[in-house]
Amino acid sequence: MARAITPRKKIMWTALSWGIGLLIFFPILWTFLTSFKSEATAISDPPVWFLFDWTTENYTTVLERSNYPLALMNSIVIAVGSTILGIIIAVPAAWAMAFVPGKRTKDVLLWMLSTKMLPAVGVLYPLVLIAKYFGIMDSRILLVMILMLINLPIIVWMLYTYFREIPGEILEAARMDGASLKNEIIYVLTPMAVPGIASTILLNIILAWNEAFWTIILTTVNAAPLTKFIASFSAPEGLFYAKLSAASIMAIAPILIMGWFSQKQLVRGLTFGAVK
Amino acid sequence: MNTKRILRGTTVGLGLIAGLASVAVAEEITIATVNNGDMVRMQALSSNWEEATGNTINWVVLEENVLRQNVTTDISTGGGQYDVMTIGTYEAPIWGRNDWLVSLNEGMADDWNADDLLPAIRGGLTVDGTLYAAPFYGESSMVMYRTDLMEKAGMEMPDAPTWDFIREAAAAMTDRDNEINGICARGKAGWGENMAFLTAMSNSFGARWFDMDWKPQFDSQEWADTIDFYLGMMKESGPAGAANNGFNENLTLFQQGKCGMWIDATVAASFVTNPEDSTVADKVGFALAPDNGLGKRGNWLWAWSLAIPASSQKVDVAKDFVSWATSQGYTELVAENEGWANVPPGTRTSLYENQAYLDAAPFAEMTLQSINSADPQNPTVQDVPYTGIQFVAIPEFAGIANQVGQQLSNALAGNQTGEEALKNAQALTVEEMEAAGY
Amino acid sequence: MATEHSRSSARIMIAPAVFVLLVWMLVPLCMTLYFSFADYRPMRATFDAWIGFDNYVSFLTSSSFLSSLGTTLLMVGGILIITITGGIGLALLLDQPMFGQGIVRILVIAPFFVMPTVSALVWKNMFFNVDNGLFSYLFKFFGAQPYDFLSQSPLLSIVVIVAWQWLPFATLILLTAVQSLSSEQLEAAEMDGAPPIARFWYMILPHLSRAITVVILIQTIFLLSIFAEIFVTTNGAFGTRTLTYLVYQRVLESQNIGLGSAGGIVAVILANIVAIFLMRIVGKNLDN
Repeated sequence: MARAITPRKKIMWTALSWGIGLLIFFPILWTFLTSFKSEATAISDPPVWFLFDWTTENYTTVLERSNYPLALMNSIVIAVGSTILGIIIAVPAAWAMAFVPGKRTKDVLLWMLSTKMLPAVGVLYPLVLIAKYFGIMDSRILLVMILMLINLPIIVWMLYTYFREIPGEILEAARMDGASLKNEIIYVLTPMAVPGIASTILLNIILAWNEAFWTIILTTVNAAPLTKFIASFSAPEGLFYAKLSAASIMAIAPILIMGWFSQKQLVRGLTFGAVK
Repeated sequence: MNTKRILRGTTVGLGLIAGLASVAVAEEITIATVNNGDMVRMQALSSNWEEATGNTINWVVLEENVLRQNVTTDISTGGGQYDVMTIGTYEAPIWGRNDWLVSLNEGMADDWNADDLLPAIRGGLTVDGTLYAAPFYGESSMVMYRTDLMEKAGMEMPDAPTWDFIREAAAAMTDRDNEINGICARGKAGWGENMAFLTAMSNSFGARWFDMDWKPQFDSQEWADTIDFYLGMMKESGPAGAANNGFNENLTLFQQGKCGMWIDATVAASFVTNPEDSTVADKVGFALAPDNGLGKRGNWLWAWSLAIPASSQKVDVAKDFVSWATSQGYTELVAENEGWANVPPGTRTSLYENQAYLDAAPFAEMTLQSINSADPQNPTVQDVPYTGIQFVAIPEFAGIANQVGQQLSNALAGNQTGEEALKNAQALTVEEMEAAGY
Repeated sequence: MATEHSRSSARIMIAPAVFVLLVWMLVPLCMTLYFSFADYRPMRATFDAWIGFDNYVSFLTSSSFLSSLGTTLLMVGGILIITITGGIGLALLLDQPMFGQGIVRILVIAPFFVMPTVSALVWKNMFFNVDNGLFSYLFKFFGAQPYDFLSQSPLLSIVVIVAWQWLPFATLILLTAVQSLSSEQLEAAEMDGAPPIARFWYMILPHLSRAITVVILIQTIFLLSIFAEIFVTTNGAFGTRTLTYLVYQRVLESQNIGLGSAGGIVAVILANIVAIFLMRIVGKNLDN
């Protein structure tokens, strides 16, 4: 019994949602447009929309002045690396919590989440001193580890809530049929868990990509990711809106495109147990 | 087949060794600098140095606040991430005293002439006879004004104006319908932003940060007069978003022709007279920073300088670079590429004796006069226990002045009165100074 | 039924995560705790390992502490209100039949991918700036005086920036919850003549309560540590100094590591109180 939808209603909803959607997207669109303007056009009064001399000179300038490929590479390595490392540690933990819950399981989980509230700058000096002691300042491995630790609680929790949705009866049934633990994991659980894991990976890549305290303060050159690259263009002398826009687009485009292509996977597991 | 593989392995091995050997000769240094125009230019021209020496540079070019965050953390933990750091006259003596910086008294290139440095600038970077940083460009502050608007207002700018004249002229030039603000000045909170301007201004009103017993003085009449005058003038003739305007925002406004006058760093003179960026390039005049007849002018002294942290492993190469970037030769290189008007100003006497520069830079004389008239040892009318004009050369200053700056910026935004701002400033400064053990 | 064997293997599986988090929690935290009782000011080359509770006393009694707490609460609260009401609205809207739903969803979630520094810079310079910002042109176009957002409504400006970034997150979680609502029940209610407001209040909202708690919990965890947005836009001026930012000022601007560490410890304790409080609610919700 489907609801009757009048075309007029549908058109109305379409117009409304597109309007709001474009409004929310507008700052990004405006940045994109500005990045192709000359500095003078970027602040012209009144603002110009599409009819200007499109130029790529801002991108050329930004590329000349900084090492974009290295920053991009660092961002990718740090975001993906910390996520994978986090998943490796989190999957067994979340698994165990979901399927063999003990008395203390919930406490452990909540305690993990509370570590996430550690205010970063409060532990800045200790961390810098530790990193210096091990000689790993400005290295990718340091950033991978720190971002993994920052996001691990979220990873564990997200996986835990996802695994919990998997009905235990299926496991029982498989066990009755004589499946070993190994087979149980490979053939029964994994296929059911994949969407949750995929979505966790995506969310954490986004979080790690956008982390902007540790990535700026613990890096100089070798491990400096896109968050630091942006700081070169944030407020130099003279007009800078167009160059800032170009640098911004270069910093967000990779993750934005990844996000758009994988949004279905992202959304599927992004429930944190909110849906029952 | 086996021998072939061994042979191939050997050649690869030999090649690797040869490669390593050639790499070992050249050094790689890491330089942290601000993303100001002159430094970006240095970055572009540094390939000359790289080619001449075979060394390579890793540039870390950052916005001022982020740069400070990074280099301060590095220097105070002895992190050793940088071989050259860009710092100012505030940091140099404090860090030098802690032995965090390498002395530049020796080991600089032979043609790097220390005696040619302007005495005021050199003095600011020296502690007990040891030079801790080489000035890249130096600045004082002065009045930049629109000659056409001044004429239209029927007034004439003296070479050494008073604050009253500035206020009157600002009111006369203001034309809000045409988006012309008589006066632009810093309002954005920060010890290097509004507090630089206000502290220098307060000196000419006879105010001081601390008395000889290190007691904060924001409750004094002189400070009340300074802030009252500043807020009044900015309200009458300042731009709408003044409380968010720092150096860069005001520069943009002036270049767009939205300011009648602008009191700020002398280094801005070359930007506002550069026809490529400025719409008012041919209509700019210069005057000394204003005074109040008390014998002190409201101009500061600052030098962005290159220093080598003691934790650097490549001091010799770093010194070679610093010598190159702060030498007369570098000035000539910039002149050759970008014209004399764009060379980094305010560090060397020889520049101000160079006729080619004086011809190309109409602001040269005023810059030199402003720098020479700045006296960090005796910044204000009364005696003070500290040195520094727009800052107080103690480690606690940056933290305190940032908070005081926020109070005053908030007053400029109209969210509290000047009186309240000064009262809060006094309270928090007393608190911080007590915590610091004064 | 879990056996003894699976229980012990479960413990082994949890161990790595617990271990790394313990190390992460304990090592830097213990060092911070140690510094918080020390007079540690590197700029003065001062290190006095034990000065008792002096740092705590001066941090807690300073006038900036209470005001920073208030600012933090206002900021986090404001962002939560906007993202949750906006998120519910958007989720219900996106659930309606329309053309190009996929594209609209892409547009709506886009801000979530923008890094905080970039979004703060873009909003500050290209929208809020009183001379060249887009809002100023808009105001002028309608004959109004340009409004200086960042100094006149600083807290609201930052709330807007952060809410813009987190709205997509709230929307996505709430959208999944909305979609799981059985449409038959809704239709039955519609046929019984229940007005839309009643349907929303008595059916949709209760169904979303679980999702709403989850959004509140996760966002609070992230919002308590907002830093880049404040650093870029106001630098803590105009009453936008949160607790996190106050600690930052003590540590990096004043270079008083002892005092800053004490502030960090205070912040950890307060955050944990909030966390326990929040988790009680969520924990209950997770059990049901």
